Amino acid sequence: MLTFEDVRVTRGDFTLSADLAIETGARIAILGPSGAGKSTLLALVGGFLTPDSGRITWGGTDITDLTPSERPVATIFQDNNLFPHLTVTRNVGLGLRPNGRLSADDRARVADALRDVGLAGMGDRKPGDLSGGQQSRVALARAGLQDKPILLLDEAFSALGPALKSEMIDLVLRLAQARDLTLLMITHDPDDARRLKGQTIVVADGRAHQPQDTDALLADPPPALGAYLAG
Amino acid sequence: MADRAQPLIRPLTLLGLGAGALVLALVLGSVAAVAWRAERGTGLRPSDWAALRFTLWQATLSAIFSVALAVPVARALARRRFRGRTLLVTLLGAPFILPVIVAVLGLIMVFGRSGWVNAALDAAGLPMVSIYGAWGVVLAHVFFNLPLATRMILQGWLDVPSERFRLAASLGMRPRAIFRQIELPMLARVLPGAALVIFLICITSFAVALTLGGGPRATTVELAIYQAFRFDFDLSRAALLALLQLAVTAAAALVALRVSAPDAMGAGLDRALRRWDQPHPAFDVAALGVAMAFLLVPLGALALRGAPHVVSLPPEVWRAALRSVLVALGSAFLTALLALPLAVAIQRLGGIRGRTLEVAGMLGIAASPLVIGTGLFIVTFPFIAPDRLTLPVTALVNAVMALPFALRVVVPAVEAVEAQFGPLATSLGLRGWARLRLLILPRIRRPFAFALGLAAALSMGDLGVVALFADADAATLPLQLYRLMGAYRMDDAAGAALVLLALSLVAFWLFDRGGRVDADV
Repeated sequence: MLTFEDVRVTRGDFTLSADLAIETGARIAILGPSGAGKSTLLALVGGFLTPDSGRITWGGTDITDLTPSERPVATIFQDNNLFPHLTVTRNVGLGLRPNGRLSADDRARVADALRDVGLAGMGDRKPGDLSGGQQSRVALARAGLQDKPILLLDEAFSALGPALKSEMIDLVLRLAQARDLTLLMITHDPDDARRLKGQTIVVADGRAHQPQDTDALLADPPPALGAYLAG
Repeated sequence: MADRAQPLIRPLTLLGLGAGALVLALVLGSVAAVAWRAERGTGLRPSDWAALRFTLWQATLSAIFSVALAVPVARALARRRFRGRTLLVTLLGAPFILPVIVAVLGLIMVFGRSGWVNAALDAAGLPMVSIYGAWGVVLAHVFFNLPLATRMILQGWLDVPSERFRLAASLGMRPRAIFRQIELPMLARVLPGAALVIFLICITSFAVALTLGGGPRATTVELAIYQAFRFDFDLSRAALLALLQLAVTAAAALVALRVSAPDAMGAGLDRALRRWDQPHPAFDVAALGVAMAFLLVPLGALALRGAPHVVSLPPEVWRAALRSVLVALGSAFLTALLALPLAVAIQRLGGIRGRTLEVAGMLGIAASPLVIGTGLFIVTFPFIAPDRLTLPVTALVNAVMALPFALRVVVPAVEAVEAQFGPLATSLGLRGWARLRLLILPRIRRPFAFALGLAAALSMGDLGVVALFADADAATLPLQLYRLMGAYRMDDAAGAALVLLALSLVAFWLFDRGGRVDADV
């Protein structure tokens, strides 16, 4: 279980508070107006931001003061997910070995991971030679090798077209299924949230709310979310 | 959003702090040694005051002439589009890596006693001009700084939003009105900063004063330091003069801090403004033509004179060339060793602490090479014979002098890489050397190699601190060239100058090219 216990962050005029619990293996969509603090919530999980007060735990262990790489978390960002100067194999390999030195065995695992995301034989290319969808698949392959139980997606596929985006979400779901991952995905699109077939955290008015069943929530949205979805 | 506090004790950060401390110790240590050794009691002699007056006089005139002549050239480049414009703008950056003594020799070929100008004047029955003395110093400084001034002023022109010129065109404003309403306010903003930068460069000028100046009416403070050293071997006087030089530089730097200096290193100078007012091109063509002739004819004259003599150069010239190559490589290596950890540490510390460290790395600008050289001499000569230290000291001082330029290029590059890829690298656990090897070095390759190329070229052509330390057997190529000139062996000097010019350009080109080959951006 991932819990936020009375967590508060203040940066000038901006505040976010969160007191909630996420089940292990949950698939969470994060919805809410721009600037409400969706990315802040993920940054707190990922370790890029330390709360002013409160604590964050995973499986009962306090992870509030761990550095990003010490946390049980893999992240796929909105952009800059791959190093353009490294080949696909080396990029994915960083998920296994942060020092970049790959053994023959590591290379074989990287090749398997690439095959799983439909990029068999593309290991020697550079990110610049790939399409946007293929680049997302490389990032997913790396996240799969990182062996972290929580996967964060920070509007990771927002640059892709609708069909491609659905395809990527299905791929993420398959990966989550196979590795029993806990998923947290920021999105602007309620259809993405429905596609996850899980729960949704609404972030609005300075607060991240307890996750609720997505279909029920979208059928009868609270005022803040309703205004955002209608707007 | 990455505001997580990082532990301070990380190896690269420590190395960067160490590099900053080293530069600080070198500069402040030299100054302390100089202050300790400075002559007490007698104070400044009339000749020292004369040197101070001349230093300020020539720097002021050089700055005014350079900036005034640069305005029409920059305007022509800003409002005309023509083939070769990009090449021209690139050439204007070249004097930065052109060895001073090479340019001086080229100017002598044109303006010297038996140069082209005097030959023409003589044929016309007019009195001859002399390049030696006060006006020769100013001429050489304008030669070097006119291109720099042009680039700074051109940047000012290109910073004017193009919408203003479009609006002026739609209002039917005449060129004169555009100049008054748009361009004059820009110039009023840019020119003082540009003039001040050139003034600063000229008050620490040594090689020009050494070769063209001298005597009671054309000796700068830097030259006076050298003379106290070499001719009188009077360390106390040299130290006193070094203090005077330091005071002048510090005062000028304090003024400069209040005036923002325009950017001449900026990218994008090769783009031309779309302009709708196009007055008759004659004036612009003339401005560009005269400027190019002034800058290129001396080098052409040098090439014509020197080319036949390159093959027959005496062996000591080639030995000196080898020493210069070693010094340049050493200086580039030291610059890399200082600049990389400094840039990483500056980025990591960030904020006021990062800026403080950056200032420490930039200190080389505040102290002149001869001041540092004097200090190092005072500290080392009781223990080691100075001529044994010539090459290492020259490489080290050159590296400290090149460091500010390197940091100007490398620090923003490291900051950009961390801003773009830092979160990803951190989430993957890329730390320390792995982060340097896998992320930072590959992505800053081009600016880093460019900076090292600058360091190598600057060091290759440097005639400064080496003149203090070297004896007859340990000359670098610029010093050897100076000796050939002093012996009036002008053919050999011209040949050696061509070799030096080629070495400087090739050194820069090789590094810069190395950074571009196969780089993914």
